[in-house]
Amino acid sequence: MSGYLESVLVLLAINTILAYAAFLPMVAGQLNLGVAAFVAIGAYSAGYLSNTFSVHPVPGAFAALAMAGFVGWLVAFPILRTRGIYLALATFALNQVVQGAILNMDAVGGASGYPIPEHIGFAVVATFAVGVLALVVLLFHTRFGISVTAVSDDERVADLMGLSVRGLQSAAFTAGAALAGLAGALYAHHFNYVEPQNYGVLFSIYVVLYVLLGGTQTVWGPLLGAAVFTLLPELLRGSAAWRYVIFACLIIAIMALRPQGVVVRKAWFSR
Amino acid sequence: MLEQQLINGLMLGSVYALVAVAFTLAIGVLNFLNFSIPGLFMVAGMLTWFFLRAGLPWPLAALLAVASGGLLSILVERFTYRLMSRSQHFVPLVTSMAFLILFENLALIAWGSDQQRVPLPFETVSWRVGGTVIAVPQLVGLGCAIAAVACLDLLLKRTHIGRGLRTIAEDPETATLLGVPVSRVVPVVFIVGGVFTALSGFLFAVNYQQASPFMGEEVALKGISAMVVGGMGNIWGAILGGLLIGVVETFAIHWLGARGVDIAVYGLLLAILFVRPTGLLGGVVRQQRM
Repeated sequence: MSGYLESVLVLLAINTILAYAAFLPMVAGQLNLGVAAFVAIGAYSAGYLSNTFSVHPVPGAFAALAMAGFVGWLVAFPILRTRGIYLALATFALNQVVQGAILNMDAVGGASGYPIPEHIGFAVVATFAVGVLALVVLLFHTRFGISVTAVSDDERVADLMGLSVRGLQSAAFTAGAALAGLAGALYAHHFNYVEPQNYGVLFSIYVVLYVLLGGTQTVWGPLLGAAVFTLLPELLRGSAAWRYVIFACLIIAIMALRPQGVVVRKAWFSR
Repeated sequence: MLEQQLINGLMLGSVYALVAVAFTLAIGVLNFLNFSIPGLFMVAGMLTWFFLRAGLPWPLAALLAVASGGLLSILVERFTYRLMSRSQHFVPLVTSMAFLILFENLALIAWGSDQQRVPLPFETVSWRVGGTVIAVPQLVGLGCAIAAVACLDLLLKRTHIGRGLRTIAEDPETATLLGVPVSRVVPVVFIVGGVFTALSGFLFAVNYQQASPFMGEEVALKGISAMVVGGMGNIWGAILGGLLIGVVETFAIHWLGARGVDIAVYGLLLAILFVRPTGLLGGVVRQQRM
């Protein structure tokens, strides 16, 4: 496989995991603008474990997943006290604080970035991505999928039907954070270098945008969004700026014409 | 020394305050977090640089930059609020983020990614009061910010359009029933927001003599923080929040160094959101949609 093709496919795999990291809280009605914070936590945890304790990247990735999930679980309590715009703003503030904290950590290179020599190839990254995809699809065929959709459709009714609204919301937020951490770990070990400047709020916005482009009504929407976001620019082959211009126009057009996203749920009954 | 930091903080804060007013107006009236504002700020700043470099006199450059902010904001309105009524609630937010990406990348294509040095349109005059230095253009900027908000306050309280806007903020459906021409009043929010943002972009470009395609992000994120700290939907709260964030930032640089700024400013934002989400001057939290 050529180096170029491999790096595109690796990005596709990582972006797919990221898409589900943003998708899980979104189906529970939370707009998480702090995805990049958890990606950074995952990337730096994996890097630190690998560089300092020579942990193998694969268990390292699981450790990063656990670490980001744990931080997500911790902050879920205060963050889920807020809702709507306030929740989006709180996650955004969290993003900035985490980025600021890493900039100040000299143990992991601070502003000058953090090299992580241990390399993993495409096969490992792809295996993780397929695993995540399978897990999420499976999850949405269980009760959890229906319950979480019920919570975002109408919180009060879900509560009345005996669902644990807070539990489901924090589970979705935590699971999203954990997946973001995994994506970060894989990125760090494949590209062997991370720097805090990459994990700003604009990173989070991009992830949210391509998930919404694909659509949040089904589990396949985020996959399509990630694929379009990763592959379309490669096919267009213009300069990076032109790619983003086209991406932005695409988003504006789709939101105007088909705001549910490209992939939608089959209508069970007509209204 | 501390007085000097305080002055610098207030000057920086006046830039944030104007952006915060634009954000708070969109949230207060339309319940819409308008992410295109950083883009408008940047366009105004870059155009200021472009026109001044081209040799235009500065009042004309200011006028063109501010007008461009208002015009682009109407364009954003066509694709966001216009569609809001017949679609899901997150659509305007998403579309406004796409506009931010669009504006930034078009500026990148037009002018490159370098930070540009804005030529100073007039001689810097500064007053010395005791040990502190006050730059007059910055003081004029602060004055402009407060005057602009006072005008907006009058517009909202005294005019027909202002009453319409406040009715829409209360309840859009009732406003329609009462005969408020919603589709003609709403663009006013966008024009005013665009003009405030662009004015802020102009002031930033002239006072700090720099402009780049990414200049909007940092300032607008601080503007959002200022809006929340002051109380969402409250224009005087936005001014208070903006000045406070400006002062916190300069003191954080003074005590913690440049790298501690984000932790201080956004830590304050998080604390406010958790402890008092209504902000310093806010009233009761409305049931917010996204």
